[in-house]
Amino acid sequence: MFDSLSEKLQATLADVRAHGTLTEDDIAKAMREIRLALLEADVNFKVVKSFTATVKERCLGADVVGALNPGQQVVKIVNEELAALMGGASMGLTFSPRPPTVVLMAGLQGSGKTTATAKLARWLKAEHGSSVALAACDVYRPAAVDQLRTVGAQVGADVYEQGTDRDPVDIARWALDQAKMAGKDVLIVDTSGRLHVDEKLMAELVDIRRAVKPTNVLLVVDAMTGQDAVNVAEQFSQAVDFDGVIMSKLDGDARGGAALSVKAVTGKPILFASVGEKLDQFERFHPDRMAQRILGMGDVLSLIEKAEKQYDEDEAKALERKLRRNEFTLEDFLNQLRQIRKMGPLTNLLGMMPGLAGQQLKNMKVDERELDRVQAIILSMTPEERRHPELIKGSRRLRIAKGSGTSVQHVNQLVKQFDTMRKVMRQLGKGKMPDLGALMRQGR
Amino acid sequence: MVAHPVPRDWSDVFLTADGSRATVDDAAAEPEGRRGFFRRLRENMSKTRQALGAEIQATLFETLDEETWERLEEALIMADVGARTTAKVVAQLEMDAESGDLEGGEALTRRLTELLADLARPGEGHIDLRPEPTVIMVAGVNGTGKTTTIGKLAWHLHRELGRTVVLGAADTYRAAAVEQLTEWAARAGCEIVTGPPGSDPGSVAFEAVRQGRERGADVIIVDTAGRLHTQDDLMAELAKVRRVIAKQLPDAPHETLLTVDATTGQNGLRQAQLFSETVPVDGIVLTKLDGTAKGGIALAIAGELGIPVKLIGIGEALEDLRPFDADDFASALLAP
Repeated sequence: MFDSLSEKLQATLADVRAHGTLTEDDIAKAMREIRLALLEADVNFKVVKSFTATVKERCLGADVVGALNPGQQVVKIVNEELAALMGGASMGLTFSPRPPTVVLMAGLQGSGKTTATAKLARWLKAEHGSSVALAACDVYRPAAVDQLRTVGAQVGADVYEQGTDRDPVDIARWALDQAKMAGKDVLIVDTSGRLHVDEKLMAELVDIRRAVKPTNVLLVVDAMTGQDAVNVAEQFSQAVDFDGVIMSKLDGDARGGAALSVKAVTGKPILFASVGEKLDQFERFHPDRMAQRILGMGDVLSLIEKAEKQYDEDEAKALERKLRRNEFTLEDFLNQLRQIRKMGPLTNLLGMMPGLAGQQLKNMKVDERELDRVQAIILSMTPEERRHPELIKGSRRLRIAKGSGTSVQHVNQLVKQFDTMRKVMRQLGKGKMPDLGALMRQGR
Repeated sequence: MVAHPVPRDWSDVFLTADGSRATVDDAAAEPEGRRGFFRRLRENMSKTRQALGAEIQATLFETLDEETWERLEEALIMADVGARTTAKVVAQLEMDAESGDLEGGEALTRRLTELLADLARPGEGHIDLRPEPTVIMVAGVNGTGKTTTIGKLAWHLHRELGRTVVLGAADTYRAAAVEQLTEWAARAGCEIVTGPPGSDPGSVAFEAVRQGRERGADVIIVDTAGRLHTQDDLMAELAKVRRVIAKQLPDAPHETLLTVDATTGQNGLRQAQLFSETVPVDGIVLTKLDGTAKGGIALAIAGELGIPVKLIGIGEALEDLRPFDADDFASALLAP
């Protein structure tokens, strides 16, 4: 249910496509789905409202004419508007002409500031060759200074700390002097997590900002944040006028609608994304990819692109004929497998598949080694055996197993799976939608 | 409608052997504390509630047209309740309204609050302290407040209920996590069992339970590293920690608590789902309710997965961990 975002939308649009023409009713229905889908992705309600209004207007206007069918047009418009909302190309940090460049980190408790601080330091070292120092200004959370000291050492950044008894504003000011004296390129100031409604701590953050005059103020936002992301971003924006955002924990399965909300409401770009537990799992943020993540539509486009490149139309027709006549052999299967694998790792492809099939397959983990094994087994068969798998008995099985470096069980399993597949193909040929779930279970 | 016997107060959260409910020493301070807490919760929530509350009041008191329902839906979604749960609540309310039992906006608002509260308590919110020792394991996504919650819980168990508590620092992954828990242990006045950084969390958990038993502790609380529910290997590790604890003490952990950040959106449901598939989750600790987020995702978790919220975190101080009260939670969501 949660992940059905792209599927839901695609189902609605597929429906629109089937009509051939786009009525006002269709648009209203599609808009409702888009609205719900964005809300499920945690895009802020108000942002969703204005977004659907824009899309609707474009759909109703003169845009929906010409060669593309109406369904494709809606997909295109949504995609374009989403990309526009996320803001064009990815941007970077501003570097001060007179080092050190000072980066001030801010955010709620648990949003991932300390980790992001270390990751940013590592990134700056790797990408820009900068010498980086970290200032430990989180004097409130127990052991926060220890944590920064540890991760600082791991990424090779000096950590300027004065324990937890001094005022964070003084520590920041002192750390800046240290960084200047040491000739550091960049000083990243880690601060304690604070609630956007905590007036005292927000005032402290303003004081730190005033004390170190940062070149960049970055807000760290948890990718899993819900509707409240807008409140948080607005309050921090008012208090310290941050320049950009780091999205943390983007390696989970959250759609990350918060990114869209923050960008839409504050106009501040998302600069970096934290995508894993390890300190090098940190990258520049790509707004276009985020748009795709939120709606999952760009993936469909790239799948089509890939398939077009790799797939021969005549072959496809021949295959279809064979399927209908139930003449599909292991040889055809091998060809299919090879063609599909040319497109890239199968797990990626499955993730790109729209609609029902995509929904059923998305949680499947494809073991590429398993596919290697399947290929090896088929390659160890004679052409005759590939065309007539029912021939494969006793000694043939043993020979194939030996030839492919597998076991008789593996060979049996493949033959059985293939048989199941043929049955499904037959159903397909009769125009029935096979139950993929049942197929998977049978195949085991 | 008969209200469920849910805890409203610290004194009913814990089931203990000496009397079915634990008594709080400082009875006189409690009403004061309760008032303070509710006032605080209301104050904290009032800012974001303004929009929600105003919306509901303005619409519910007028005619019940299509727009009213849509705006009600939107209001709940703004509270992170989620589309599916919102649809369920609104459909139920719509049915009640059509059957004619509800007259006027006030009755509707009351019914809505009831519906929300009922959803929020799928079961009893007790924490059973009768097993000796009681082992509590705390898990959750990174940054949701596991360690802080444990510190506060330990403090409460020790200071208010006079229990001896041993903490197990099984977050051996995050830098300085052990130091953080050690400091909480000192504040709460309890002992802590640690292992070297990077050591096997299972062995720390095992050792904590072993030493806790040896020292005759009443409660052993095991901290675990934050992990995203999508990281299969780390989830498998969590399952292992649980198995290892059970090896040391059958039936343990007696209570597995999942911390969920109140600012979390719809992903919170996935978190609860995948964590509870890995280790049976007995209750949710809804943390960081002192901000402007309403924590509506807890409703979705309770409604769809049947996991009750047992405790809430409303601040950084030791006493800022509180029992969850469904009625108050529901009216806090809706009241202006």
